[in-house]
Formats: sequence, structure tokens, C-alpha cells
Amino acid sequence: MKLRSWLTGTCLAAALATTAAWAPAQAEDALYVPLMTYRTGPFAGSGIPIADGMHDYLEMLNQRDGGIGGVRIAIEECETGYDAQKGVECYESTKAKRPLMHNPWSTGITLQIIPKAAVDKIPVLSMAYGLSAAAVGKQFPWVFNPPDTYWDGASVVLRYIGGQEGGLEKLKGRKIGFIYLDAGYGREPLPLLEQLAQKYGFELLKYPVPANQMQNQSSQWLNVRRDRPDWMVMWGWGAMNPTAVKEAAKIRYPMERFVGVWWSGGEDDARPAGEGAKGYRTLNFNAVGADFPAIRDIRKHVVEKGLSRVSSPDKVGENLYNRGVMNSVLIAEAIRTAQALSGKKLVTAEDVRRGLENLDIDEARLEALGLKGFMPTIRLSCEDHSGAHPVYVQEWDGKAWRKVTDWIPPMTDVVRPMLEQAAAEYVKANQPWPERTEPCS
Amino acid sequence: MDLLHAVLVDPFVQMASLPDFFVQVLWEGLVSGILYALIALGFVLIFKASGVFNFAQGIMVVFAALSLVGLHAIGVPAYLALALCILVMLALAVAVERLVLRPLVNQPDIILFMATIGLTYFLIGLGELIFGGEPKVMITEELGLPTGSFEWETLGGRVIFQAIDIAAAVIAAAMVAGLALFFQKTRIGRALRAVADDHQAALSVGISLQQIWAIVWFAAGIVALATGIMWGARSDVSFALQIIALKALPVLVLGGLTSVPGAIVGGLIIGIGEKLGEIYWGPLLGGGIESWLAYVIALGFLLFRPQGLFGERIIERV
Amino acid sequence: MIYREAGQFKTSYAQDQALFPIRQDRYGMAAILATAFVLVPLFGSAFFLNTIMIPFLVLALATIGLNLLTGYAGQLSLGTGGFMGVGAYACYKLTTFFPEANILLLILTSGLFSAALGVLFGLPSLRIKGFYLVVATLASQFFLEWCFNRIPWLYNHNASGAIEVPARSAFGVVLTGPSATPLARYLAVLAVVTLLTLVASNLVRGRIGRSWMMVRDMDIAAELMGVRLLRTKLLAFAVASFYAGVAGALMVFLWLGAAEASSFTINVSFQILFMAIIGGLGSLVGSFMGAAFIWILPMDPADPDPRGTRRLRPLARGRHGRADQLHADRRSDHPDPHSRAARHGAALADRQATDANLAVPLLGQGTAIVGEAHA
Repeated sequence: MKLRSWLTGTCLAAALATTAAWAPAQAEDALYVPLMTYRTGPFAGSGIPIADGMHDYLEMLNQRDGGIGGVRIAIEECETGYDAQKGVECYESTKAKRPLMHNPWSTGITLQIIPKAAVDKIPVLSMAYGLSAAAVGKQFPWVFNPPDTYWDGASVVLRYIGGQEGGLEKLKGRKIGFIYLDAGYGREPLPLLEQLAQKYGFELLKYPVPANQMQNQSSQWLNVRRDRPDWMVMWGWGAMNPTAVKEAAKIRYPMERFVGVWWSGGEDDARPAGEGAKGYRTLNFNAVGADFPAIRDIRKHVVEKGLSRVSSPDKVGENLYNRGVMNSVLIAEAIRTAQALSGKKLVTAEDVRRGLENLDIDEARLEALGLKGFMPTIRLSCEDHSGAHPVYVQEWDGKAWRKVTDWIPPMTDVVRPMLEQAAAEYVKANQPWPERTEPCS
Repeated sequence: MDLLHAVLVDPFVQMASLPDFFVQVLWEGLVSGILYALIALGFVLIFKASGVFNFAQGIMVVFAALSLVGLHAIGVPAYLALALCILVMLALAVAVERLVLRPLVNQPDIILFMATIGLTYFLIGLGELIFGGEPKVMITEELGLPTGSFEWETLGGRVIFQAIDIAAAVIAAAMVAGLALFFQKTRIGRALRAVADDHQAALSVGISLQQIWAIVWFAAGIVALATGIMWGARSDVSFALQIIALKALPVLVLGGLTSVPGAIVGGLIIGIGEKLGEIYWGPLLGGGIESWLAYVIALGFLLFRPQGLFGERIIERV
Repeated sequence: MIYREAGQFKTSYAQDQALFPIRQDRYGMAAILATAFVLVPLFGSAFFLNTIMIPFLVLALATIGLNLLTGYAGQLSLGTGGFMGVGAYACYKLTTFFPEANILLLILTSGLFSAALGVLFGLPSLRIKGFYLVVATLASQFFLEWCFNRIPWLYNHNASGAIEVPARSAFGVVLTGPSATPLARYLAVLAVVTLLTLVASNLVRGRIGRSWMMVRDMDIAAELMGVRLLRTKLLAFAVASFYAGVAGALMVFLWLGAAEASSFTINVSFQILFMAIIGGLGSLVGSFMGAAFIWILPMDPADPDPRGTRRLRPLARGRHGRADQLHADRRSDHPDPHSRAARHGAALADRQATDANLAVPLLGQGTAIVGEAHA
């Protein structure tokens, strides 16, 4: 046994020795954009359409325009499985190839990367997830979370509920139930909701769903049935969403009073409940549907050429697919802005950081992109890396999502001070935190 | 004092004040208990006959459900798909016996346990390769399973019964009865019991261990298919479903690893116990205690009966 | 055969009881240590240190802990993830209270907290055995996971519910946080792992290890021979949890950099258990082999093509890895690498059976000595 151990050990050592000397190949003449995706694991249901959307838009730019500003985009997916250990591995393995930015697509991985961003000088784009406090550009020059933070989202939900009740002051004495994934992500809106509960005098009822109970929520919904909240708000992800919608239908909770966050609004979240899901609503900040010139181009240049991994062409234009597309629009526009600002075609990560900070996608730009009405106009600044953009509420009509409200702005007056306080606390807890040295321009 | 009141008095006051809701909680507990029992049953069948702790039971549930939905998606009629799916489980059972169990005869338990873990990963990979990772909708209606719900006006309120839950209870009961009959009345059943009693003695009277193992894996596969249909109808068919298989572990040890009635009684105790705990005592701890309550309940029972409620008494000799 | 131990005579009891009684082992160990402490730091790239060596060492440490409990003392446990979490959160709290203290000291101290909890959750082992005991350890796993979510004090009431690692140092070198160099972190992990491995190998060859092995082989017989079960079993839980706790603290502070409750799920427990089983229960070298097999082998960084990489990961790394690979394969020309991987796994399991058997003869010796002592 000893012997074999030594033999194996020697082989391993030899293998190690060969890997030690290896440095990842670098793409010299392309814009290297790694995409951390998860097509497997318990959250794959949400992860797959997002990964497809992100990949396909960038691939479409390659096919149609030859990349951004004439430089090809080197797209590489790294499977994280929504797992923290793998996240680090993906980060490190792509780092050596000098990525222009990171899209972690997991709150846990985002939190791991945030402190490294300033040291490694690679910006992080966490689109409406991750650390809310990162919206404060003064403390987090390298992290961007447009178009909104979870606190913005929670405030929009309340604004919407208030609107339905006939004014925010009518919330007094109402009961609002909050069902959430019992993890950092789900608990993040709690401070804001608690603060608003105090301000407007409604009662906040909490229904946590442990991660290993996502598909077994009958207890939570029995409690809902007993407590009879006037409204239900959901912060769910992955397999938690369809189960919650089904259970809500089962206890005959009025669906038009059940509002999910933007991560609870996939087609696959509502579809399994069939007719019962009719009326379920969620927040959203990207349009649903394939009726946009850019999406048609994706069909033409990517899907029809067999360059996409979508399981069927119908998936193009679904909500989470379009969410992925929107993420890639932000990537591409940041790179384009960086090219314009720096005057270089082959931009660096530092340039892209500046590009993200000066991102300004106005109506004219959206129209030029072939995405008129697809998403809100996005404008970031040196101070505000999230932007508190308006979102809308969509309703499931039994077959597809339908937009039912206009764009609703978040309660910036409440959210912004909380963000700044949270950023200050983060910096205090993580001393020594580097001072911002990047100039605002 | 307040604490004692909150723990010992208040929950019961709540139960009494909303009796209809209490009945509903019991019913929901019963239904999830039945579903836990079904998964545990798959474990017990295999453990009894071959002493293998089959870690792959959870993924077998997912795989069976995925095959069913996948076959239907390519245009196979629902009932034919169900029949084909049973064939798939048979093929799987035979393959497992041939490729996994046979070469590992006489290895320590932990090795066989490890082999079933390998099988788990293989099935996950195969499932993802064939069906993709997207969640799918269970073909409840196409299979003729009832949907909708009944209301029972009682105790000053109403109790809602889901038709699918009642169907689950009926199917589970039929399945257990069928298995019991099969074990007690058929030749193969007798052979199975002989193997469960003593491998060597069974071999010496001419019972083919290999055949028996294929049969129990097949039986476990059918149980997995039934479980997959039921859980799939409750949420959706996705790989996350295998997480709930972990819930079968406390059920299993509570009832005793080798006892079919134990799996059922254990399932009911855990199902009802954790619902009551979560609803009436959970709020004291902020809710969400269901994730560990089942294990604590099982642990509590085990401290008094280390072999589980119905398990064979552990006799150790030096 | 690379070497034979013929001709090496032991003339005293001390020689026979030496840590490495065979000369080749001593040289081999010296070579490995020299490689680890000198060659790897000299030639290893940041990527190599960050994603291969540090995780490998951390996981190997956790595996050693579990191996002491399961392989030596025979108590099957699926609570490793939870205890790693205890270590990580304890270390986080300690760094909050003592920001100036030596971080390595804090990491080692945090192991004590998980050891204490390990004793508590090990109590049922006095009555419950085998697969039944697994449920008791699962109870601890899920309960601890719930605590990490539910006790905001543990993560300093952080809004994101996560623990983020602040910059801390030992002996004037910054070891944690983003500005710590991979080399410093690697050497720190290596030092801790080497130290604790040495402690473990001394534990298992001494009285304690022998009483553990007696309990593993038959606890009743051991009790009859005068081994105190309560103390022996609980000590095994304490030591194993200490190792898990230190590994957890290392994992968060020197490897991941941030963690939430979901970093310590049952999947981590499984991961460590596989490493222990694949490497060989009851073998310390095996713990390293198992960790290497599951963590390093699936990586094939020599092949920069992401679609071609990670061929072996399926078996080893669990489901996420596998699928990454599968999706890659969907578009490439390797239809099904799994049957091969599965066969490979079976062969390994097979081999490992012999490993476990080989640990048994040691026991005779242990029994004899204990018997003597009580005669």
C-alpha cells in the first residue's frame, strides 16, 4: 500500500509540476469577456435562459458586426453551478487572460469578488443582484449593479401595492407577507421592508423558505392561509418560484395580490401552475418578447446558424433570456463607451470601468441598437453605480407575461441613505479598504 | 414563564381556536408524510434485499419523472410513455445489477454506498445529457390524474383537499399493498424474504442473488417513478427534486432501515411532526425550522430505540 | 517496486515507534516537504497557488479530520460542512473582537469552538451506530446551517447575510483580504496543514489512535478491554471537528474570501466524505490523495480549450462539474465520458477496499498493548 501511495504521489507531483509552469493562453486581439454561468444544479432552471441570452447577444454582435468597434469579442462561459468554490476557480482561471469585466451571476460569488476587483483592477457587473451597497461609487469604484438594487425593487413593490390600495398611506393596518429564500439574497430586502413597515404602519409577516425546502413549501403557505395577509411579496429563485406559485394557487391566494421580484418572473416559474397562476405578477426591467430588431438579428445570425444552445427557438424572447440579452447589452455598451473614451479599439479593463461609469444608453441609442422599449434608459455616474432606474410590473395571463403598469420609479429618498449607510458599514468592517483613486470623468 | 407559556400552552391554544386549520395542517402533514414514505420505501426495498444503502434513490426519482415527461414531449401518448418508463426502470435495474453490484459483491458497505453515489452522478449526467437541465411540467392531466380540489365545510371553517394529494395517498396505499402481497404470496417474494434474512443461506438453497437484486432495484425504480409523478405534480420536474430525497433519511432511520411498515409509519410521523412543529412552534424560532426538525425528531426516537421503530434488534457479540 | 525496506533493522523500541520507521519514507517525506515549501513557491503561478494548491490543502485538512473520525474511530459523519462553518464563523467573530491578533492564532483558536460543538453533537454516537448515526450528524449539519442564516450576530448583522474577510496579518505579513499575495496565503495554509498533519499522525500511532481503531472495529469489545467509550468517541468527534473548523476558517479566510451559509451545505459534507472514501478510510496519506483526486485531477489547465477541459471532473467534483463537462460534450465529439469515468471510479473503490483492509493488522498490535496495560 505504501508503495502504491508513493507511486500515485509521484504521478500527482509530476502532473502538478506540468501544470505549475502553465499560464493560460491569452487572446491578444480580441475583447475577452468571460461569462460565469450555471446551466446545472438546483438553480439551472433560471440559469440556462440567462446564459443563453448573454451568450447569444454577444455572439450576434460578432456575427453581424464583427464584434464591437470592429474587434471580435472572445466569449467564454465558465460553469459555476451557483457554487462559491467554483466561483473562485472561474475568477482565477479567467483572471490570467485579462478579462474586461466579470459577470458573476451569483450573490455569493459577487461578494467574494468585490474586494478583489479594486486590487486586480477588473470591474464587476452584477446586474440587479449582489451587494446593494455597491451602488455607491465613491466606496466601490469597481463594482456596478444597474439598473436597480434589491432595495429599489422592494420599494417599487410597495409603491405598486400602495397604488393598488389607493395611496401609500392606505397601507396602514394592512398585512403584507414576505416569502423569501432563506439566504443572503432573500433576506436582503428585510431592512428596507421593516423600515417602510414602520413608516407606513403596515404589518410585515415573514415566511422564510430554507434552501433545501424549496420544493416543499406547504408549511409556509399554510401559515399564509392562517395569517391571511393582504398582499404577498416573493424574493425567490430557481425551483422555489414555481413551487411557491403552485402552492399559492392551491390555497387559493388571490394571485393579483402576489408580487414577485424580477428574479421570480421566468416563464417556467409561472407555467407549471397552469391556469392557477393567472394574475401572478412580478417586477421586471426588460421587455418580454422577440419583437425587437436586435432579437430578430439574434434569431437570424445566431440561432438559425446553430451557434446558440437554446433548446428551441421559442425560448428566444422569453423573460430570462431577454434578461441575459440586457446584461450583454450593458457589457457591449460599456465596451463601446470605453472605446470612445479611450480612443483605443482594444480596450483594457480599466477603460471598461470608465465606460461603465459613463454608461449612457438613451432612447436614441436604444433605437439604434434595435431595442426601442426593451429596457429603461440606463445612465450611470461616478456616484451612482446602480442608477435607481424605473421598473414595471408584469402579469401572467396564463400563457405569457403582459406589462400591466407604467415604469415605476423606486423611492430613492429612502433607499439612497440606506445604501450609503450600508456602504459605510461595509468599508468600516473591511478596513483597510482602499480609497477611491480613480478620477471621475 | 413567558417562554414556558409560549412553548407549552400557546401552540395548543392556537390549535384549539382554529380547529379547521388544525385539520388542514394534519392533512398536509399526512400528504407529505406519504410522499416521504414513498421515497423511504425505495431505500428500504434495496437495503433489505442487498444491504446496499442506495444513495441514488433520489436521482432515480428525478430520472424516472424526466423520462416520463421527456417521452411525452416527443409525442408518445401518456400511458404508453408510462409503460415505456417502466421499461426504462427495468433496464436501469438490470444494468445496475450487471455493472455496479455484481463486480462489487462482498465489498464493505461503505464501498457499495460509494458506488451508488457514483451511480447518482452518472444518472445526473445522463439525465442532463438527454433531457437538458431546464425544469419541466409534469403531465398530470394527460396521465388521468385528478386536478382541482374539494372543500369540506367543517369545524366552523373549511378544509381544502387537493385531488392530486388524495390520488397520491390512494396510489401509495395501493403500492404498499401490492408490494406486501408480492412479498408474502409469490415465489419471488419468498425468495426475496429469504435473501433479506440471510444471503448465504438463500444462495445455498438455490436462490439467484443476482436475479433478486435486479428485481428489488426494479421495484425501487417503480416506487421512484410513482414518487416522481407525485412530487413533480406538486412542484415541477427538475434536478432540484433530488434534494428532497434527503428528507427520506430521517424517515428511514426512524422506521428502521429494513422495515417496510417502518418506512410508512416513519414517514407519517415525520410528515405530521414537522408540519405541526413548523406551524405551531416554528414562529418561536423565526420559522424555517423544517429543514432540520425532521432529523431532530428522528434523533429523539433513536435515542430510545437505536435500531428504529421497526428495525431488527441490533445484537452485538464480541 | 521502487524500494524495499529489507535490511533496515530496528534495534530499539523507540526506532520501531518512530514516525517514519523506514528510511525511504523519511527521504520521501523530506522531498515532498521540500517541494511544497521551496519548489512550489518558486515556480508556482498565482493561478496554480490560488485554485489548485490552496484549495487542495484546505480540503485535505478537512478530509484528515473526517478520516480521524470515520476512518480511525469508525463514526460515520455527514456534518463536516456544518463544522467547517462553525470554524469560519468563529474565526470571523474573533477577527472582529481582536482585529490586531495574529490571524493564524485566531484560525487555530476557532477550531476549538467547533470542537466544543462537535462534542455536543457527538453525544448521540454513544447510543446510535452506523447509518443511524449519519442522521444524527445530518441533524447537526442542517441545524448549524440554519443557525448561520438565522443568528445575525454571527455575521455582524451584515445586510447581505455574508461574512466578508477583512485584511488581517500574522508576523507582519498580510495574509487575508484582497491584498494578500497568493504566496503568503499558500505558505500560511501549508504551515497549518503540515503542523496539523503531524499532530494527526502522532495521534493515530499513539494510545489515542489505537483506542479509536479498537472502537471502530468493535466498540463493545473495546469497552470490555477497558477503553472508555464515552471519552474515546467524544474525543474523536472533538478532534475531527477541530480539524474541520480549522479547515473551514482557512477555506473562508485564505481561499474564498467571503462566504454565506450556503458555502457550508450538505454538498460540502459529501465532498469531504468522498475525498475520505476515495483516498482510503484510515489513511492519512490517503486523505491527501483523495483531496487531490477530487479537486486537482478534474482540472486540466494544460488544455486551455474550455470545451476540452475537465474531462474527469464528472465523477470527482459532483454534479455541477459534471454538467459543465456534459454541456461541453454536447457540442464536441465525446458522446459519453461517463461510463469510462464510472468504471474508473468503481476500480478505485475496489482498490480502496484493500487499503481499508490493510489498516486492520495495526489493530492487533493496539489491542495487545491496551490489553496488557489493563491486565
